[in-house]
Amino acid sequence: MEHQHKLLKYLRQEILPTTHCPGCGCGQVLNAFANAMHDLQIDPVNIISVTGIGCSSWIPSPYLKCDTLHTTHGRAVAFATGVKVIRPKSKVVVIAGDGDLAGIGGNHLVHAARRNVGLSVFLVNNYIYGMTGGQVSPTTPFGAVTTTTPYSNAEYPFRIAEVVAAAGANYVARWTTYHIRKIITAMKEVLQKKGFAFVEIISQCPVSYGRRVGLRDGVAFMKYFKKSSVSVAKAKDMSEEELEGKIVVGKLVERDRTEFTESLREINVRCTANAEPI
Amino acid sequence: MSRELPKVNGFYVQFEDEIGSIAAVIGAARAGAITMTATSGPGFSLMQENIGYAIMTETPCVVVNVQRSGPSTGQATKPAQSDILAARWGTHGDHEMIALAPNSVQECCDLMIECVNLSERYRHPVIFLMDGEIGHLREKLVFPMLEDLDLFPRGGFDPADESGLIKPMREFGHGEAIHITGSTHKENGMRDVVSQEVHENLISRLCDKIDRNQDNIIRYEERFMVDADVIVVSFGAASRPALGAVIRARDKGIKVGYFRLITIWPFCGERMAEIGKRVRTILVPEMNLGQLAREVERFVSVPVVRVSKIGGIAHSVEDIYMSIVNSMENRQSSAIRG
Repeated sequence: MEHQHKLLKYLRQEILPTTHCPGCGCGQVLNAFANAMHDLQIDPVNIISVTGIGCSSWIPSPYLKCDTLHTTHGRAVAFATGVKVIRPKSKVVVIAGDGDLAGIGGNHLVHAARRNVGLSVFLVNNYIYGMTGGQVSPTTPFGAVTTTTPYSNAEYPFRIAEVVAAAGANYVARWTTYHIRKIITAMKEVLQKKGFAFVEIISQCPVSYGRRVGLRDGVAFMKYFKKSSVSVAKAKDMSEEELEGKIVVGKLVERDRTEFTESLREINVRCTANAEPI
Repeated sequence: MSRELPKVNGFYVQFEDEIGSIAAVIGAARAGAITMTATSGPGFSLMQENIGYAIMTETPCVVVNVQRSGPSTGQATKPAQSDILAARWGTHGDHEMIALAPNSVQECCDLMIECVNLSERYRHPVIFLMDGEIGHLREKLVFPMLEDLDLFPRGGFDPADESGLIKPMREFGHGEAIHITGSTHKENGMRDVVSQEVHENLISRLCDKIDRNQDNIIRYEERFMVDADVIVVSFGAASRPALGAVIRARDKGIKVGYFRLITIWPFCGERMAEIGKRVRTILVPEMNLGQLAREVERFVSVPVVRVSKIGGIAHSVEDIYMSIVNSMENRQSSAIRG
């Protein structure tokens, strides 16, 4: 029998190879997610993937072989909330980018975290709107040159994982694509966590971002991520100045507030018990 | 609904904005629920992009727009009927639309059931185009019995479909790895944004499935039409004083007819063209500056008189009655001149 890679069964093989650019981090994220599914023995029938617009949304859609709702720009989390309310037993997964989730859909992101709706959200942060040609995003570093900030970015970036943590999510972590095994572990934790569970995955876009800031390929990015990363524990003892330009990696928050759709169902149990028959 | 839905194990979620509401409604529909959302004016503008998503992905849902004065914030809570064209063309791209307009509290109930059925049958978003006047009405309402409702089953096949272009809807959660996208896609749901044929076939089908079922969708109400010289065409809030004015004019011996649109989109152009051949003048009282009149004009060659009223106050019977009388006098004077 012909040997088949153990993860291929999680993918729509007829569509491979992916359309991601050489050196892109999206393939790593797809690989990590398929590994996480495999390790947890999750049947794809139990996964509903909801994505938005952008390169990162193409990680699950169309490559991941599960029910997929590829939605409008920025709105994936809002669509996913509707899905989760009706199918609370499904694992509803959002993989999307910084432009999508932190930019146009930033409002939905913080409110979903506040509601603590049981979504597994992976924000693939490559610092840029890559698909559309490298426009500045809400996570682009201050001073960076992009196609729409040709003289340098005058805006400060969101520290989006901290924003989501402050909004009330049950689980928040940040890793980079250099930390691929940590990402797999975090993904497994997220997929098993009740409530809003979120990982910011710092990723690389050599084509639309890196080449304008001196990071021309995937390897250059790996070296940069390795050099710049500081653990959450270590960062606690560092000053704001010392943390300048660093990427704080690790688990930021883990707590156990009641999941939103569980609360809704609890209300329904009360109301249907008391309701007069219709 | 926030009070009633949990009692029947339904779910009500108030979102951060109207974009989130319509998004969640579409997501919940794909997950298996019958869904709706409601808004007024500015919120309807916010929903437009995802209404297009529902069209493109053939996801049933009902969007209530209780029309109010606009543009922008306009006169908050004051009634208007000025979103007729926003309902039709508010979302970008080629598409058809289904929109119904009630003119009583009873119809708010009865037509809503019809809206749900239309959205399920044609797998298309349906706009429930109310106006603030109807939205604030208090009238007697008789709820139908649940067992008397004829509800179109989700995933069902419609034997009355005259287009042959509608496939039964599939839902998430059954291991089919369904791929739904707002991008142009092939019949298997997979994205293909390059091929001209794929786009043309998809968009033509989405439009034709509504277009060819017009006779099954379009509803209107006609009274006093048989010998009418003049007819009054209206819908929603404006149709109530319109009926009063027509009855008063009939009492005075004026041959005037009453035509009320229940389905706004698709527009009853064929019927309007037939009527246009039999009457001499068409009056269109509406709470905007002529959006419906403009549509009527596309199908008739007789004069279409705009009886517009804006500013948050509905027409009175007198307003419309006088416009009927004036139209008769104008015609007589032009006949004398002729």
